[in-house]
Amino acid sequence: MVDVNSSGRVYPPFGPYQVGREKVREFSGAVGATREVHHDLAAAQAAGFSDLVAPTTFAVIIAQQAEAQLIEDPAAGIDFSRVVHADERFVHNRPLVAGEEVLTVLTVESIKERAGLAMVSTRCDIHALNDAGEAGELIVSVYSTLAVRGE
Amino acid sequence: MTMSNPDLKTLAVGDVVTESAIEVDRGRLIRYAGASGDFNTIHWSDQIATDVGLPGVIAHGMFTMGAAVSVLESWLDDPTAIIDYQTRFTRPVPVPATGSVTLDVTCTVGAIDDEAKTARFDLSVQLDGARVLTKAQAVVRLG
Repeated sequence: MVDVNSSGRVYPPFGPYQVGREKVREFSGAVGATREVHHDLAAAQAAGFSDLVAPTTFAVIIAQQAEAQLIEDPAAGIDFSRVVHADERFVHNRPLVAGEEVLTVLTVESIKERAGLAMVSTRCDIHALNDAGEAGELIVSVYSTLAVRGE
Repeated sequence: MTMSNPDLKTLAVGDVVTESAIEVDRGRLIRYAGASGDFNTIHWSDQIATDVGLPGVIAHGMFTMGAAVSVLESWLDDPTAIIDYQTRFTRPVPVPATGSVTLDVTCTVGAIDDEAKTARFDLSVQLDGARVLTKAQAVVRLG
């Protein structure tokens, strides 16, 4: 049984997560993102980036790790095998680039129950790790809704 | 190398700018699972998938979302110009143990914002003629 009282909860920053050059290549290959900036360091640098550029949906890797704080929280009462993804959105201020470290703040935006389903909506704000070791510049926000089917 | 995307002035709402067919087999799902770290059992075990009421192993929604936008990224000169990308997952994509299924992706100009210098591209993603994504929209910053 999903606990609707988790709505509004903000978790402590998750990370730091380092965007890996080979992870960018691996993820790009898995989704079929074939552009040079995802694979070829010289091409990425020629385009003005310090390293390989992550493709549009790469941030889901980081977001899903941050969301695990909620999904694996026994108090939230979510059975992962009964979870179906309902929607997803990425709002980019800039692309993620290999080598950088990020901190992610997970917010449970809402939990609504309807017709035997619990709709769990979250937002992950992925920030650059600043010199003070805190969440700095906002890079990308990942919005996600999971539908959890009842027993 | 400077990347420059198509000029807004060359686009009109309703234009189909690119389309592609994506072959999906179990190998691609396993590759996506490893790359993304999403090891939910419904994406690799038929037994567990059918136990929870699914027709069998289904593709990760995020695989479909990522593969679909790759079609648009390939058409754009600068794939980093996609500033907003969203979808709803309407229908599961069952992927058989052997053989493959085909996702048909069509990318259409959905809206043009001259002031913001952005265009919205609408992605139609279909399996056997039925939409698997709804409101799959990518907003792209254009010159």
